[in-house]
Amino acid sequence: MIDVEHIAKLARLEISQDEVEKMRNELSSILDYFDSLKKVDVKKVKPSSHSFSVENVMREDLPKKQPKEKNDKLLKAMPEKKGRYLKVKSVL
Amino acid sequence: MNLTNLTITKTHQGLINKDFSAVELTKAYLNKIKKEDKKIHSFLTISKDLAFSQAREIDKKISKKENIDLLAGIPSAIKDNIMVEDIRCTAASKILENYVASYNATVIEKLKKAGTVILGKTNLDEFAMGSSCENSAFGTTKNPCDLKRVTGGSSGGSAAAVAADLCGYALGSDTGGSIRLPASFCGVVGLKPTYGTVSRYGLIAFASSLDQIGPITKTIEDCKIVFDAISGWDEMDSTSVNSKFKIQNSKLQFKIENLRIGIPKEYFVKGMDKEVEKKIKKAIKKYEARGAKIIEVSLPHTEYALPVYYIISTSEASANLARYDGIRYGKSKVKKSRVKSLLDVYLENRGQGFGDEVKRRIMLGTYALSSGYYDAYYLKAQKVRTLIKQDFENVFKKVDVLLTPVSPTTAFKIGEKTDNPLTMYLSDIFTISVNLAGLPALSLPCGMVGKLSVGLQIIGKPFEEERILEIGKTLENILTS
Repeated sequence: MIDVEHIAKLARLEISQDEVEKMRNELSSILDYFDSLKKVDVKKVKPSSHSFSVENVMREDLPKKQPKEKNDKLLKAMPEKKGRYLKVKSVL
Repeated sequence: MNLTNLTITKTHQGLINKDFSAVELTKAYLNKIKKEDKKIHSFLTISKDLAFSQAREIDKKISKKENIDLLAGIPSAIKDNIMVEDIRCTAASKILENYVASYNATVIEKLKKAGTVILGKTNLDEFAMGSSCENSAFGTTKNPCDLKRVTGGSSGGSAAAVAADLCGYALGSDTGGSIRLPASFCGVVGLKPTYGTVSRYGLIAFASSLDQIGPITKTIEDCKIVFDAISGWDEMDSTSVNSKFKIQNSKLQFKIENLRIGIPKEYFVKGMDKEVEKKIKKAIKKYEARGAKIIEVSLPHTEYALPVYYIISTSEASANLARYDGIRYGKSKVKKSRVKSLLDVYLENRGQGFGDEVKRRIMLGTYALSSGYYDAYYLKAQKVRTLIKQDFENVFKKVDVLLTPVSPTTAFKIGEKTDNPLTMYLSDIFTISVNLAGLPALSLPCGMVGKLSVGLQIIGKPFEEERILEIGKTLENILTS
């Protein structure tokens, strides 16, 4: 049985008591459907993360100077800020 | 003269012949949206100022007799998960309700350079998660063919806007059928390009190994024009494919008489609407009559594609959507009195900001990746993905393209499938394998059942967009002549 409350916490989702029950039923029936994969023999099969083999693309990790307007746009999107800093709740 | 039902080429000719100006054209579309979109609800945002400033720019160029691109002055609609600088971008989610894009997606950069006019942003299932456009936090888009029915999803707003002549063309995104299904349900053309062909930079990520942006258009010719404009290698997308490889593959010559068309038997199974099946078979007969060789083939792992897709896409989504915390952008929903710690902020913003389907998928993905279940779900799905890819590699040794229905049914009624998520997931049954294998696939209208359109899917080998478009054109010519 899927522990909905534990998974919700891992996913950082607040879920009401009503939702927990509903979600448990829905997720269980979807997971039952996923069980059809048990039939497939994959002993010698390699996993595919993409449809074709993807390689890491490397570049120098150098900061790029951005125009002030760009920074301003990012700052403007912040719901809470102090001066030009993002404001968050204390972590501890 | 009706300006809003012209193809891109005809509109372009009208502009350079000065039959109408880009500003007049933009006005015609915006007026039509104002009059007709109340009942369809395809747009979430209208970018009137941007549209007119782009149109004026093109009119200036035309008056100076400068050469203009085919897409210059053509009014377009952009799915609201693709970023257009300084325009609101919501992904149809409450968590991004007031988010304004701070930069352009690469596809938008390219279209702006070509001089296209952007009329606005179109509705979708929240974060592109859905098959009917009913999961939008801002209301369902209705099918212009029948307003009681869904458009299909997730690019429902884009397909409806094209079908109702509310734009010249539109962009959508396709993770498991999100361009092809709505194109099929609304009776327009939709192309899901080969993975890596169109840059994903500036597309709000759902499942990064599957997502592709593509065109939704009135004709196949339009589709090719838009595809050519948005494709190409991009340093901002690490999975973007180098164009050298693409060019080698696109120079393929072919004649319909020499074409080998595969019909995968797994796509013609019970449960399919009899009328839909008839239309598809009739379309196949047209190719046969032109001399193409029709060959029955098998993709034996087809039945596993749906569970594989939903495990992989939800796993990737659970990671991709972790960034939405309502702290750096997006509207913070938190009531200050209730919140004690940073964790409370996350829980509340995300709990209230995401809709039911998005939460369900984040939960599924988190579960599939969680300790103790990773091997049984995610890793297993990745291995079966390999088998699904190999199925296609094997049949493409024998045939050049595959023809299948896009969907087992025509557009279903609004509300018909919302009670059971699994029933809704089954709408994608014929489109998802293509994303798992990264292939290009075209959806084009091949007939009507009553008021509703039936879509034929043409699946090609990697990077053979040109070929499937040409093949589609053959049928389009037969049907419209």
